[in-house]
Order: sequence, then C-alpha cells, then structure tokens
Amino acid sequence: MDWTALNLSLKLAACTVLILLPLGIWAGHALAAHHFRGKAWVEALLALPLVLPPTVLGYYLLVMMGGASPIGQFYESVFGRPLVFSFEGLLLASVIFNIPFAIQPMQRGFEAIAPEVRDAAACSGLSRWRTLWRIELPLAWPGILSAVVLTFAHTLGEFGVVLMVGGSIPGETKTIAIAIYDRVQAFDTAGAGVMSAALLLISLIAIGAAYFTTSRIRTRRHG
Amino acid sequence: MADGIRIRLQQSGPIPLDATLDCAPGEVLALVGPSGSGKTSILRAIAGLLRARHGAIHCNGDCWFDGEAHVWVETRKRRVGYVFQNYALFPHLSALHNVMEAMLELPVAERERRARDVLARVRLAGLEHRVPATLSGGQQQRVAVARALAREPRVLLLDEPFSAVDRATRQRLYRELAELRRELAMPVILVTHDLDEAMMLADRISVLHQGRTLQSGDPYAVMTRPDTVEVAQLVGLRNVFRAGVVGHDTERKVTTIEWRGHRLEARLQPEFKVGQQVTWAIPPGHLVLHRRDRPSRGERENPVSGMVIEYLPMGENVALTVAVNGTERPPLFLTVPVHTARRNGITQGVEISVSLLAEGIHLMPADESRTPAKPEVK
Repeated sequence: MDWTALNLSLKLAACTVLILLPLGIWAGHALAAHHFRGKAWVEALLALPLVLPPTVLGYYLLVMMGGASPIGQFYESVFGRPLVFSFEGLLLASVIFNIPFAIQPMQRGFEAIAPEVRDAAACSGLSRWRTLWRIELPLAWPGILSAVVLTFAHTLGEFGVVLMVGGSIPGETKTIAIAIYDRVQAFDTAGAGVMSAALLLISLIAIGAAYFTTSRIRTRRHG
Repeated sequence: MADGIRIRLQQSGPIPLDATLDCAPGEVLALVGPSGSGKTSILRAIAGLLRARHGAIHCNGDCWFDGEAHVWVETRKRRVGYVFQNYALFPHLSALHNVMEAMLELPVAERERRARDVLARVRLAGLEHRVPATLSGGQQQRVAVARALAREPRVLLLDEPFSAVDRATRQRLYRELAELRRELAMPVILVTHDLDEAMMLADRISVLHQGRTLQSGDPYAVMTRPDTVEVAQLVGLRNVFRAGVVGHDTERKVTTIEWRGHRLEARLQPEFKVGQQVTWAIPPGHLVLHRRDRPSRGERENPVSGMVIEYLPMGENVALTVAVNGTERPPLFLTVPVHTARRNGITQGVEISVSLLAEGIHLMPADESRTPAKPEVK
C-alpha cells in the first residue's frame, strides 16, 4: 500500500473541492438565474472536459502550463520552479477537468428552486445575500452535495490528465491511480489489488453517503 | 398620511398592458378577467417583479416607479405583502420561520413573538414548527397570508389565493379573509377569475381584458350595468340583445325600447337618443318566470313569451333556453330552481312567459365588438 500516493490523492481531491465549491456556487447560481445570448455555448465550453479524451485535455493543459507559455513563465518567475510536474500544476489541471462535475449539479440544484420562491424572498425584504444564504443554498443543497462528492471521487480516480501534466513524482504528483498503474507494470498484482480496493471503498462510501443524505432531505421536504 | 395606491401601466409587449387603477387604504379591489388578461402581470408590476415600459406607481405619496422619470424602487424596498397563487412558501423552513424571515428589521426576540402573534391571528397557533409540506392547502394559504402581513405591508397583493384549495376550505377561507380585512388598514388588491369571489370580497372591481382595464366600480354596478358589450360578456351576462330607443318618460323615469316587436320599459337612461340603436342587457336576477296555472305578481312588467328549446338540469337549478319570436334569433337564457320548473310543468317544447324587470334593463352603445374602436378607460 502506497500511503504517500493515497495521501496525495486525498489532498488533491480536497483542495480541488475547496477551490471549486465557491466557484461552482457562483457559476451555477449565475447560469440558473440568467438567460443571455450565447449561454448554450458557455455551457458547452464548461461541459467540454466530460467528452474530451483525458489525453487531449492533458495535452492542452501541458502546453498551457509549460515553460513556453505565458502562464508557465509567469509562475516560474514568481516561484522559481516550473508549474508542470508540480502539485500546483496538478491542482490547476484537476480544477479544470472537474469544472463540469462541480458546476452542472449545482446549476441543476439552483434551477430546481421555483422562481416564485425567489420572488417571495424579495417581497419579504430579504437581501440578495440573505436570499442566497437562507433560501437558495439550503434548497440547492442536494445539488451542491452531489457536486462536492462527484468532484472528490472523480479527482481520486483521474488517471490520463494526471499522467500528462503531473508525471509520476512520488509525494508531488504520483497519485493513487498512477501508483496502481505502476504496481501493475511491476507485476505486483497484490499491491495493485489492495490499493484498488481502497479506492473503490472510499469512492463508494462518498457517493453512498451523498445519495443517502439527499434522499433524506427530499423525504423530509416533500413529506 | 395615506392616500392608497395609484397605478398606471402601459406597454405594447411582451405582455400588453394599458391599465389604470387605484385602491384606497382599507379597500379591497378585485381585478377580474379571463386567464391571460394581465391580472398577475399588474400585481407583479406593483411588487416590482415586472417593469413596465411606461406609466407610474405611487403608494401613499411615494413613487415606486415612473417610466418617464426613470424612477425604480426595487422589490425588497417597496414593502409589499404578496400572497402567490401557489403560496411560494420557503419549503425548508417551518411556518414560524417562514413568517420570521419577513421581519428581518426587528430584533430576533421580538421577531419570534410577533411571528407567533401573526400566526395566531390566522388561526395557526400550535402549528408553528411544521414545515409547509406537512400542512394542508388551507393551512399553507394561511402561512402565506401571515408572511405577507408580517412586514406590515403598505399594500397587500393576493394572486388567486383560493384557487389551490378545495371547495369546502375555500368557503371557510372566504369568511376568514372577510373577517381579517376589517382589521387591515392598507389597500388590498385581489386577483381572481371568479366573479362570485370578487362580489363577495371586494369593495370595487376592475374588469380587465388583454391587459386593459375596461371598467372599475362597485361590483354589483359593474356586473349589472356594464359600460360596454365587451364588459357585459366578461362579467358573464348572457342576455345581451339589440334594440331601438323609442322614447323617454322623465316623469315615470322610464325609457322605452323596441325589441322584436315588444315595447319594453327600462330604467330611465336619457343619455341614449330617441331612434338610436342600442345594445341592452339584463342580469339573471331580473328575469321573473310567470306561473303557468295562474297570474303572478309583476306579470304586467315587460312580459315576453317563448318556447323552451333547451332544458338543462344543473343540480338544484335548471338552465332554460327560450326562443323569443323565432328560433333563429339569439335566445333568452333563464335559470330557475328545479322545483319551480317541475311545479310549472316546464319541459322542452313548452311555451312559457317571463317578465323582464324594467329596473334591470340596461342600455349600452350598440355592439362595439364589430367595430374595433377602443373603449374608454373609466
């Protein structure tokens, strides 16, 4: 069991969730509340990571973060080391490929709130912040929870993109999915089996807990 | 301090509006009209949930909206109480917290005390901690009313508040609202498509069609004396016919019209010239069926007779369609209790006679629906 890799994967997943949570709430809320020209294209762009092969996405991220790109050069001039093949680079990639997993469930969650409920909040004198905090977030909570769990589980399991932009540096970019692959390459099927089982269990627990919680919320609200 | 609310809204699209309304403090104004006549849009404009192109809304001297001067006060600052058609309660909050959310300007302790008071006023004491899904339709409606009243609104807006409850509950809620309204000091605007509801609850009604306010006034007056044929149709008057004015007798306070060879006496309406073609209408309550076995009271008043061409039982009553002077002309519609119809041996094909009470005969300008002239907004 490669504890360092598991630890790194969990850290990467947690950081990705922390970054995408506020971002997803903002974007999901905005997309649910507003209709504008070109909205379909914006949604298509955000959904793109769902359909692109991880290697294609990884390739573009690699080019975007590499030493030849403005982003890569800027990062290197500030921190004195390259962005690619670092934990930060991996995190940036993880945030990008998880965008649809975070935003879509939250957008659906906000869209499910009846427009009159928002109107009623305005008529009751609630400010925008209070409406978001007291009315919209609690009502969109099942969607937000799904987004968090999907993002977390998906980050743990991602392989292609991580391999492209992270390489396999122990303690820095070698996640558990990569470690499993390494074990199989080294004919250590027992080691790969233990780690696969651990990943399976963590993902199942996370998704199961989310389903259980959302179904309980629904029963309570709809009697 | 208070002069109520004055509303003027105009726009050609997306929802056409041409409405002028006012409602005094403590008064209940009902907006009536078929679905799609713009009633809800007007309420939304008052609440600031819809912005009309032109017009102005003033409430107790404050300007909430002025299309020309670009004044716009946002919803949360208008202090309106709004009861939505499906109540729009906050589904995750208890009845108490639904009401408390509308009192944010008060300190927390005060908020809870006041919210309990308001809930008790709408007879929900003891149900404070229930969430909406566990309350009946009538109870949810009361929570919505309590929440709307919690802010001490400057105007109370009710959008078809009785449409989502069953008939028995509705009757009870009518009585409760009628009681409650005596304590209310703000203008109350009620949207409904149900004329009986408007009659029962409103001090004044305003008839709307395609966003236009056609006529406003005392409910009984609007329903029995509509300004135009269009209003007559909207308030459900079915007996609408054409006639010519024969003369006025100011002493007897009578205007005589000629209809299908009958000389009918109507209430004096000298604004119509002798010889002029008019449309006349009579409300159902002013038609009196004569007894067939012996003469009855009022028989001399505008008697007309005809053949029953349709006999349609509707519960306790029977709807009769009577052909007067030939079946090809618009018939007279009459509703009588079943027992009356039975006692008089009325069935299809029988000849009956009816008095058209002079007081109920109301004259209007000749049918305007054929000329697309715009009726005056009164």
